[in-house]
Amino acid sequence: MATIQTEGLTYRYGIGTPFEKTAVDHVDLEIEAGSFVGIIGHTGSGKSTLIQHLNGLLRPTEGKVLLDGVDIWADKSKMRQMRFRVGLVFQYPEYQIFEETVAKDIAFGPRNMGLAEEEVQARVRETAAIVGLSEEILKQSPFLLSGGQKRRVAIAGVMAMRPEVLILDEPTAGLDPRGREEILQEIQAYRNQTGATILLVSHSMEDVARHAKKILVMNAGKVFCYDTVANVFRRSQELQAIGLAVPQITRVCDALRARGVPLTDDIFTVEQAKQQLLEWYHRTRGGQGTC
Amino acid sequence: MLKDITIGQYFPGSSPVHRMDPRFKLIMTLLFIAMLFMGQHLYSICFGIVFCILALALSRIPVKLIWKSIKPLIPVLLITAILDLFMVDSGDVYLHWHFLKITAGGVRTAVLMVTRIIVLLAGSSLLTYTTSPIALTDAIERLLSPLKKLHVPVHTFAMMMTISLRFIPTLLEETDKIMTAQKARGASFSEGNLLQRAKALVPILVPLLVSSFHRAEELATAMECRCYRGETGRTKMRQLHAAGRDYAAMTVTLLLFTGAVAVKIIF
Repeated sequence: MATIQTEGLTYRYGIGTPFEKTAVDHVDLEIEAGSFVGIIGHTGSGKSTLIQHLNGLLRPTEGKVLLDGVDIWADKSKMRQMRFRVGLVFQYPEYQIFEETVAKDIAFGPRNMGLAEEEVQARVRETAAIVGLSEEILKQSPFLLSGGQKRRVAIAGVMAMRPEVLILDEPTAGLDPRGREEILQEIQAYRNQTGATILLVSHSMEDVARHAKKILVMNAGKVFCYDTVANVFRRSQELQAIGLAVPQITRVCDALRARGVPLTDDIFTVEQAKQQLLEWYHRTRGGQGTC
Repeated sequence: MLKDITIGQYFPGSSPVHRMDPRFKLIMTLLFIAMLFMGQHLYSICFGIVFCILALALSRIPVKLIWKSIKPLIPVLLITAILDLFMVDSGDVYLHWHFLKITAGGVRTAVLMVTRIIVLLAGSSLLTYTTSPIALTDAIERLLSPLKKLHVPVHTFAMMMTISLRFIPTLLEETDKIMTAQKARGASFSEGNLLQRAKALVPILVPLLVSSFHRAEELATAMECRCYRGETGRTKMRQLHAAGRDYAAMTVTLLLFTGAVAVKIIF
């Protein structure tokens, strides 16, 4: 069943000025409940604008956004309630941190929900555990933390509201490889614990290939395609034409296949490649005896 | 919401007004303001209106934009008009009801003040609409350069102005970004009493201050990395040269100004 749905969603900004632009152009989408969707697209393809519609931060110029079949703009008084159900983590979310301690900052969202103090504290602790922030850090000032830790605090601030749909706009931008993988693992952990739907905007095809089940490709404000990871990355020529790429390992495997190595065309992670290459290696070695 | 603020915004274009020397535009705007506020007579502001209409027509700035910068001030205009209408007591009495009295003088003053403010806004917003902030501060620096003899740090002030003008849109954008992020966390800025509303600003102001300090420091470092050391030994990439159209426009402005002075002396 679809949790978030858009119908002919269009957003134009700067109407009436020389800077008028259509950022999102007639987007029809259906996001299944509990899915993990990767959103990719060239810079300026409308990804960020699109996701800001999904929790009502931007009002569509035309079209509708439906949450569980209900138009989110139908009743504006329910907008705040809706925002607690669809959590949005912006790009470089560290700038939203403002409290004296990490715990207080994570508690900002839950407090706004009007939860009881015990419930707020419980959520802060649970969420801190998901993103790997220790009790010690909870008492510190968030401004003294490292970049990666600040990012975790900001993400936890949204997760603490326990949204059914968690949307993250490039949550790993500017982090080192280990930090990236840790953050992605933490997002998976949140999904496993709560069964939430995850929408992950990313520029890293590797990250999307590893974690997402489906991929939404945006190009020039329109949906280029929305399909399973395998079906999307099989269209590597088309992706390259709109300035995107397939994961590096897929390109390596394509080149190997062109040289006669028997690999399938649905390899998107290093693990898959490793497995198939090892199988092939053992097969050929087994056939030829020892080298 | 914050993007609706158009005062001080620059709209690129290639009209004769856009291409004019910013120094001339600045002086002409000052003359225009003087023109508007010189006389108490209805005739005297006619010169300002003529100037404003000429400049608007030449600049090809859509009237809609001008309207946008006037719109937020409608309440102020209304209050001004109402106060003038009832407070000024001179000439024929048109209406007398209890303590309220509308006189010819009141009507005249009200019309005069409202026209004046609208024309002032339309004419002076044209300056920033058609002149890039950089060109504008450059012009201010040139016009104030005689003060350098008195050891006034004109260049430093101009640089500070350039930087602050440059960062107004950036800060607005940032404020917008922070507000959106906090809204996504359930913050609301338009509910509750005054105290609650003031408190709701903390989640915006703290991050804004933090990032402004970061930005200032980064900018200072970046300037030092490029060997910025104030005015000494700096040349200008863009030299300002007055062209024929600048002198022509200035002549027209001066004529209108003289007209306004004449009206003031005669009436």
